Amino acid sequence: MELIKLIGVVIVIAGFALKLDSILIIFLAAVSTALVSGLGVGGLLEQLGVNFVANRSMAIFIMILLITGVLERNGLREAAADLMRKVKSATAGKLVCAYGVLRGFFGAFNVGFGGVAGFVRPVLLPMAEGAIKNQGHEPDEEHMEDVKGMASAMENIAWFFCQVLFVGGAGGILVQNTLQSLGYEVELVDLAVTELPIAIIAVVLASVLFIMKDKKLTKKYYGDKNTKAKK
Amino acid sequence: MIDMKFLQVPAEFNTVMLDVVWIIVGLIAFYAGIKNLLDKENPSRIGTAVFWCSFGVVTALGSWLPPKVSGALVIVMCMPAIFKKVKVGRVNVPSKEYTKAQYSKIGMKIFVPALTVAVMSLFFALFSNVSSMIGITIGVGISMALLMVYSRDNKPKVFLDDSERFLSLMGPLCMLPQLLGCLGGVFTAAGVGDVVASLVGNVVPEGNVNLGIVVYAIGMMLFTMIMGNAYAAITVMTVGIGGPFVLAYGANPVVIGMLALTCGFCGTLCTPMAANFNIVPVAILDMKDRWGVIKNQVLVAIIMITIQICFMIAFK
Repeated sequence: MELIKLIGVVIVIAGFALKLDSILIIFLAAVSTALVSGLGVGGLLEQLGVNFVANRSMAIFIMILLITGVLERNGLREAAADLMRKVKSATAGKLVCAYGVLRGFFGAFNVGFGGVAGFVRPVLLPMAEGAIKNQGHEPDEEHMEDVKGMASAMENIAWFFCQVLFVGGAGGILVQNTLQSLGYEVELVDLAVTELPIAIIAVVLASVLFIMKDKKLTKKYYGDKNTKAKK
Repeated sequence: MIDMKFLQVPAEFNTVMLDVVWIIVGLIAFYAGIKNLLDKENPSRIGTAVFWCSFGVVTALGSWLPPKVSGALVIVMCMPAIFKKVKVGRVNVPSKEYTKAQYSKIGMKIFVPALTVAVMSLFFALFSNVSSMIGITIGVGISMALLMVYSRDNKPKVFLDDSERFLSLMGPLCMLPQLLGCLGGVFTAAGVGDVVASLVGNVVPEGNVNLGIVVYAIGMMLFTMIMGNAYAAITVMTVGIGGPFVLAYGANPVVIGMLALTCGFCGTLCTPMAANFNIVPVAILDMKDRWGVIKNQVLVAIIMITIQICFMIAFK
């Protein structure tokens, strides 16, 4: 019965789908796979030890944490907000996209500004509301709901596709180690270079879609007196 | 391509310096453990300390410990995490007034130390054979020096305490990628990949690389949607499908491996299972529609998976 070896895969899928504790899932999957495939307790300990140590490069983020908090303490977020204010003739849609570009660029350098809780809510959304008012409109609640959705989506899209551009990020290292276990040696920097066009397409695509959507929404909620009316 | 790697160091340099890197990382984690052990405001001082300290030991001494001892330490580390005994103690968040004052003093110059780490990592990756991990460590060192020059408040203890603040904030889940990588290793050792491959072989004809790429990419996306985590999906999918049905026929592992992960991210964009990214923001931003974030992501995800499949087929 070779199929029994898949018990670990089943545990991973079912465990994550049932929202069990992630570390518990991994632990159970590793233990049961080791036991049914005849690795035994000693083999399990040995495999865990060898693989955990071999995957240490994923812990390099802890080294970077030495500066993450201190950068925040010394005004990194304020600086990012100041950069955003430089966006010309801002609309809510354009601000969301400016944030996407900023988030993606700095994400590639493994620098964050606090995500949805730390930046989108306290900095980006008030700026977007201000932009709508500047155009002479009272921000519509439905419109703001969409702006919030687009801002969160932009945060995710820019971060997902651009984080892998950082040489030494967890994603690239995981790919490198997975390929290595199959006998393929790849360099982290080559992985990042391959992803570069994809990351740029993703941010540009999201920006274009969101600016178009915001234009349509502005028309819908505030009538045809569009953005340029107040200039 | 011209070899730009003019800076060459002997292999022993990398080995020795990497051990230094892991000792520093281990010590940071160990410091977090001890700080929480002594923190009267932490509701679970011992569990928290066991978690960070055993991680610190296995990371710092992994090169010398017998594998079975390291494995036992990993299990010890997992226990407090599984039983929810890893908690946050006293949090020392800088006040808004303080960060504003620092910004008016330092200004846009703050971006220099922020970008230093990645620049150094890239520099060493492109122009030397020094390990990226060492490059990052050098970058962190330069960045710390700059921050100390910018402001006298940035004493060594501030760096250590702030790293503890962020470690505690992230909690045991920050170990997820490393543990998943570890699980992938156990799967490979147990021969799980071969079993998955023989199952998939019933459906996908061997030798058709393009079909293999499509199945691998869409499989990554769907698997990630079910599990909510692309990192968990990629180990299983690569060992079971990517390896035997795509890479075994000579496809470029750099293109296939890297894009498979971001194909998985397209799945992350479409699933409420990735609650951190798609559901928690709904709450943080007081949105009415639980699907409000996902709705804005689906179209991008569908276009991106299509582009990536075409890219993989074109550049395989």
